[in-house]
Amino acid sequence: MRMRALLCSLLIAAVALVGCAGGQKVDTIKVGWFGALTGDQAVWGENELNTVKMLFEEYNAKGGIEVGGKKYKLEVIGYDNKGDAQEAVNVTKRLTGQDKVVAILGPNASGNAIPIAPILEAAKVPDIATVATNPKVTVMDGKVKPYNFRVCFIDPYQGAVAAGYAFDRLGARKAAILYDVSDDYSQGLREFFKASFTKKGGQIVADESFNAGDVDFRPQLAKIKAANPDVIFMPYFFKEVALSANQARELGITQVLLGGDGWPSEQLISMGGKAVEGCYFVNHLDYADPAVADYKARYKAKYGKDTELNGFLVHDAVLMLVDALKRAGKVDGEAVAKALTTTDIQGITGRIKIGADTHNPEGKDAAILKIVNGQYVFQEKYAAN
Amino acid sequence: MDMTYIQGILMLAGINLIAVLGLCLLTGFTGLFSFGHAGFMAIGAYIGALMTVPPSTMPGSIGGLGLPFIFGILAGGAAAGIVSWFIGRITLNLKGDYFCIATLGFGEATRLILNNVQTFGGARGWPGVPQYSTVLTVFVVDVIAVLFLANLVKSRHGRNMIAVREEELAAQIAGVDVFRYKMIALIVSAVYAGVAGVLFGHYMTFIQPKMFSMTKSTELTIIVIFGGLGSISGSVLGALVLTALPELLRAFDIWRLVFYGAAVIVIMISRPKGLMGGMELSPAGIRKIRAERRARLALKEEAAREAASGGRS
Repeated sequence: MRMRALLCSLLIAAVALVGCAGGQKVDTIKVGWFGALTGDQAVWGENELNTVKMLFEEYNAKGGIEVGGKKYKLEVIGYDNKGDAQEAVNVTKRLTGQDKVVAILGPNASGNAIPIAPILEAAKVPDIATVATNPKVTVMDGKVKPYNFRVCFIDPYQGAVAAGYAFDRLGARKAAILYDVSDDYSQGLREFFKASFTKKGGQIVADESFNAGDVDFRPQLAKIKAANPDVIFMPYFFKEVALSANQARELGITQVLLGGDGWPSEQLISMGGKAVEGCYFVNHLDYADPAVADYKARYKAKYGKDTELNGFLVHDAVLMLVDALKRAGKVDGEAVAKALTTTDIQGITGRIKIGADTHNPEGKDAAILKIVNGQYVFQEKYAAN
Repeated sequence: MDMTYIQGILMLAGINLIAVLGLCLLTGFTGLFSFGHAGFMAIGAYIGALMTVPPSTMPGSIGGLGLPFIFGILAGGAAAGIVSWFIGRITLNLKGDYFCIATLGFGEATRLILNNVQTFGGARGWPGVPQYSTVLTVFVVDVIAVLFLANLVKSRHGRNMIAVREEELAAQIAGVDVFRYKMIALIVSAVYAGVAGVLFGHYMTFIQPKMFSMTKSTELTIIVIFGGLGSISGSVLGALVLTALPELLRAFDIWRLVFYGAAVIVIMISRPKGLMGGMELSPAGIRKIRAERRARLALKEEAAREAASGGRS
């Protein structure tokens, strides 16, 4: 028995040592990435890390990138944080303190991107969040966080786009909302949709909520049906969207369903099927856009499966970082952060021009997609006004 | 290894330790299992933040009272204690598993209420909590927590709690007010969890109901059992080992959590009573362990002698 305990502690000690090892290589720029590689958001985390690895390999195959007249190879150090805020803090400390990365890509969740700000500031390492759409990721109490950036649009914008599209294009005057009360993303979108829709003169006739993990939405949907809305806004993730859409159709709800960027996924179509047919959602890009075709093909060729939404955004985050490194002229977090504030590049998801006082890509149009015959069909680029 | 990273893990371990110590009194010494202590942590974290966050200047940001950290710690602990008194009044008459389920319900209810109440940001969380938790504050609170608990356990009250754990009915017959001692244990453990919550919030600088889910409660209870029921030093060791383990296992990449589970199982099999079940790493505790060992050896020798002289007597 004692022997086993001893073995155990030896194992732990060995692991600790392995963790410490890893010498400094010259001519390599270390870039950190973290996100969920385990848990219910692992699909997106894996997709992001794969994309970063693929792009870095491509840069390295061309001899690396030139920073300040010297060639460097790119190396990504990726960690899993289970989508957990506490682990996000641990991992950021590890990346900045121990691995000495020059910048961090990710995470995709706002709740993980917010608490790492003080660590980034102390270590002077910039971070580019991928799909963290909460405004407070980059701006807090009217002050921009110097080391936090993002490559996507933000929740107020997305909510306004959904509301504007429903009101102006779909001609809806009465809207119902069903949202996940335990999810920060869902609460945010609901809040901003509600504000924009009522401001336009529309009316919210039903505002129902559920809790993460729920599988039966019939009570809420029955209330929504009774309120007889023109459109139903469902700002949450594809799994619950598919379940609730199926149940809505069962109850005889025929109205158009409307969603946000939590919708697009291979699984939405396979699980939702006919129920989501003819529905609309707000997205970061148009999947059929020629600009993204090349990346999609390269990803599929390398990994044998289709890329998810996150891949497109982390792709542009990599472009932003490489551009900033080149313009900074040195491998230094502070200089890169400074260069990032004046980013103005053409990414595959659109033009990315970082606002100096928001650190968000300014004026990035949202794409409206409609589900037709199990395909995501691009409708138009729509900007909220 | 880098200092900020190690410091971060040590602080987390120290913060977990405070909550674990409280739970150690409740579970390890009084024999009540709880799966809802993350709820008390949440109450502590939110009330603590309410005290220290500066008053709101911008529309849309959540303001607090802007008081010094010490008020946050005291208020957070007190709030958790007061809530636990109400919870205890209702649930402490429940026996065994039923109490456990009641605490589980309390923990989840607290999280759901926080999700629904928009005053504190709801599920979107409360960013902008000042970064007041330092290695020093965590360490000082840890030391106070350990000393207070060690003295409490050694006192008459502590012995009464152990009596309740060992045999409730007998304790009652012997004149121990069972309900009262259960209540004391619950309140002390809730105050500890509340203080841990305050320190956690001021370490993360951001609080979100999601952080105080049942997983967190379970994690705390696992640490107590892993460290050894009824052992303060076990709780200290358990908190350190189990908080650091997922980070040490980063080398295993996505298999990390599998190895984490495996490591916990292996240790629980090799030490069924936990790392330090019933033992203490104090001078008196070590003397006790050695005395017990001598007694065991003596017993063995005697048995061997008897076996040798078996047929003759």
